[in-house]
Amino acid sequence: MTRLAVPKTYKLYIGGKFPRSESGRTYEVSTKDGAFLANASLASRKDARDAVVAARAAFPGWSAATGYNRGQVLYRIAELLEGRRDQFVDELVATESLTKSAATSQVDTAIDAWIWYAGWADKYVQVAGNANAVSGPYFNMSTPEPTGVVAIVAPQSGNALLGLASVIAPAILTGNTVVVVASQAAPLAAISLAEVLATSDVPGGVVNILTGSPAEIAPWLAGHADVNAIDLAGAELLHWVDLQVIAADTLKRVLAPVNGAPAPSLERVVAFTETKTVWHTKSLI
Amino acid sequence: MTDVNPQSASRFLDYAPAPESTSILHLKPSYGLFINGEFVDGHGDSFQTISPATEKTIAEISNADSSDVDAAVAAARSAYTRTWSKLSGADRGKYLFRIARLVQERARELAVAESLDNGKPIKESRDVDVPLVAAWFFYYAGWADKLDYAGLGPNPRALGVAAQVIPWNFPLLMLAWKVAPALAAGNTVVIKPAETTPLSALIFAEILQQADLPAGVVNIITGAGDTGEALVNHPDVNKVAFTGSTAVGRAIAKSVAGTGKKVTLELGGKAANIVFDDAPIDQAVEGIVNGIFFNQGHVCCAGSRLLVQENIHDEVVDRLKSRLMTLRLGDPLDKNTDIGAINSREQLERIRELSDIGEKEGADRWTAPCAIPENGFWFAPTIFDNVSTSSTIAREEVFGPVLSVLTFRTPAEAIAKANNTPYGLSAGIWSDKGSKILAVADGLRAGVIWANTFNRFDPASPFGGFKESGYGREGGRHGLAAYLESAGWGSPAAGSTTVSTTRKQASA
Repeated sequence: MTRLAVPKTYKLYIGGKFPRSESGRTYEVSTKDGAFLANASLASRKDARDAVVAARAAFPGWSAATGYNRGQVLYRIAELLEGRRDQFVDELVATESLTKSAATSQVDTAIDAWIWYAGWADKYVQVAGNANAVSGPYFNMSTPEPTGVVAIVAPQSGNALLGLASVIAPAILTGNTVVVVASQAAPLAAISLAEVLATSDVPGGVVNILTGSPAEIAPWLAGHADVNAIDLAGAELLHWVDLQVIAADTLKRVLAPVNGAPAPSLERVVAFTETKTVWHTKSLI
Repeated sequence: MTDVNPQSASRFLDYAPAPESTSILHLKPSYGLFINGEFVDGHGDSFQTISPATEKTIAEISNADSSDVDAAVAAARSAYTRTWSKLSGADRGKYLFRIARLVQERARELAVAESLDNGKPIKESRDVDVPLVAAWFFYYAGWADKLDYAGLGPNPRALGVAAQVIPWNFPLLMLAWKVAPALAAGNTVVIKPAETTPLSALIFAEILQQADLPAGVVNIITGAGDTGEALVNHPDVNKVAFTGSTAVGRAIAKSVAGTGKKVTLELGGKAANIVFDDAPIDQAVEGIVNGIFFNQGHVCCAGSRLLVQENIHDEVVDRLKSRLMTLRLGDPLDKNTDIGAINSREQLERIRELSDIGEKEGADRWTAPCAIPENGFWFAPTIFDNVSTSSTIAREEVFGPVLSVLTFRTPAEAIAKANNTPYGLSAGIWSDKGSKILAVADGLRAGVIWANTFNRFDPASPFGGFKESGYGREGGRHGLAAYLESAGWGSPAAGSTTVSTTRKQASA
C-alpha cells in the first residue's frame, strides 16, 4: 500500500503569523521539469506595507535586546535548521532540481553561515566601534547601532536557502528588523525557513517574508518612508537602478546587487548600522 | 524677566569697538580656478563674493563651467595615476603635516578672511574654525601611513578621484573635513566651495602651492549649484562627498544611483537639546545659547529644538532671555561680537519667512532687543515658546538664530519627541545624573550626541547622521574608511561558502 502524501500550504510570514496574501492571489510553483509543487502566495503592495508595520513594531524590542541574546537566537535558528536538515535537503532537491549532494552542501553552508553571523552579535560593536581620544575633557565613544527596518530582495536563483541566510542573518544580528522578498522561482525554502523562525526564539515581526514578484513589490518597499535601508542582493535582473533612485527620496542606505549568495562578511553587518558618537563632559565647573 | 533692565544691560555692555585688522590679508582683486596647481580663468560668467556684513564686494571669482569641471577632474585623475598613488603613505602624510603647519602659520589671515566672507564672528573663526582646520590636517596626516589599521583589513585601497561639494557655514573647516581624509587615504580631489564663501578655499590654494603639493592632487573650482552638479555627475569621479541641504542630498543620491560611486552625505538636522530638571542650569543655559546661536545658527547640527522639562520651563526660558540680552550682534571682525551677519540675503529671507510662519502657527515669538546695523544681513536672536510638535519651525530646519522651545514631562516623552523627525544628526542631553544620560543617549536616533555640552567637534570624533540626515561619517577612523575600500579580509569566512566535503555529526 502506498500512502497518499499530505502537501503543505505555503503562505506569507508577517509579524510572526502565516497569513495568505490579502489580495487572495497565488501563483504556481513548479519543479524545473514543470511538475506542480505548490501554490505560493502572490504578495501585494498591502502585504508589503503590513510587513513594514510588523517590522517597525518589532524594532524597539529586538534592537534593545543584548548582543548575547540576539547571538543565541541566531544560533537557535541554526540548531533548528540542523534538526530539519533532511527536510531542507529534500525540499531543495525537489524545488531547485539539485543533486542530493549539492542540496546537502547548500543546507550545511547555510547552517554554518547562521552560526558565523550568530557569533558576531556580541562582537561587532567592539570591532566597528571606537573610543575616541578627543582634545578636551570629554569621554567620547562611537558605537554602531542598527539602521532600523531593512527591506531585502533575496538572491533569486540557485541558492534559495543559503541566499536567505546570507542576507537575513547579517541584517538582524545587529538589531535591524527585515522585510524579505523571497526568490520568485524558488519561494518554498523561504516559507519553510519561516517555519523554523516561527518556532525558534525570533520575536514575531523581526523577520517578515513575502513571496511573489520582486518586480511588483520592491518599488513599494524602496519608496516606503518607514523603511530605512534596502538590500538589493537579488535584484540583479530587476530595474535595480530605478529602485535605488526611488530609495534616494528617503535617503535609504542601499546595497547593490550581487551575483549569487553574498559571502559572509563583516561589511554586510556594518552596512546596515549607524555610528552613534556620544560626548560625555568629564567635568563641570 | 522683571529683574533685568534692558537699558542698564546695554550700558553695561557698551564696549568700545575692537575690530580685527584686515591689513593681514593680501587679497587679489580676482581669483581664478585652482586646477593642476595653477590659477586659471574659468569659462563661466565670473561672480562677486561679498561681505554679508557690509554687502561690499571682496573679490571677483571665476565660475567653472562643465569644461572647467572636465579639466579639473582630468587633472585629479592624472595626478592620481602618475603621482599621488605612487607616493608612500609616509610621504603623503608629510605633505599633510606641512599643510597643517602652514594653516597654523597663516591662521589669523585665514580667520579674518573667513569672517569677512562668511560673516561669522572673528572669535569663532579664530578660536574654532581655523584651529580645527589645522587639527584636521594634523590628525589625518598621521593616518596616511597607517591605513592597515583603518578597520578595513590589510592594504585597503584608495578610491581614486573624489568630488567634494561643501557648504557656506564653515567654509574652510568643511574643506578640511573633506580634503584631509581623502588625501591621507590616497585619493586626489576636486572640491567646490559654496558660491557665497569661496575666499578661504582660494587662500588655501596658495597654501597648497607653498606646501609644494604635487599639481592636480587638490583642485579647487568655484561656482554655483550647476558647477557642483557637473562635478558630482562627472563619470570619472569615484567618490562623492557632499555637505549641505537634504534636498540637494536627495538629488545627489538619485544621480549617483547605479554608478558605483561611493557616497558620503552630511545633510540637514533638527536637533533636540534636552534639558532635564536635574541639569546644571547655568551650564545648560550656556549650552543652549551655544547650541543654537553659535555661528548665527548656521549649523546643521544646531540645537534648534529646546526640549525642557516642564517644571523648569519658566526658569530656563527666563534665564535664556536674560543671557541673550547680553549677546552683542554686529561687525563680524569685532573681537567682542557674539552674533555675526547672516551669510546671504537669500538665507536671511528664508529665516524671516520661517519665523513668520512660526508666529502665524501660534508660537510665542521673542526677539532679543539689539540694534541692527544698517547695511548687511542680520537677524536678532529669536526664541519661539509654546511651540507644538506639528509646527513648521519644530519640523523644518531654519538654519538661523531661531530657537523653538517645547516641553516634556518624562524621559520617555523627551526621547519620543526628540526622535519625532525625519532627521537624525545630533542631540544634546543636560542632566547631572549619569545613568539617565546613558539611557537617554541609547534611545536617541542621532549620530552625534552631546551630554552636558554642545557643538563640540574634533578630528578624532566621527560625525554624521541617522535617517535623512545622510550617511557615512566624517572624522576619526570612520571618516578615513569613507575614502577607502577593503581589499578583502582573507578571513575564514570566505571558506565557509565553499562546499564542505566532510561534516562531523554531533556526538549527542
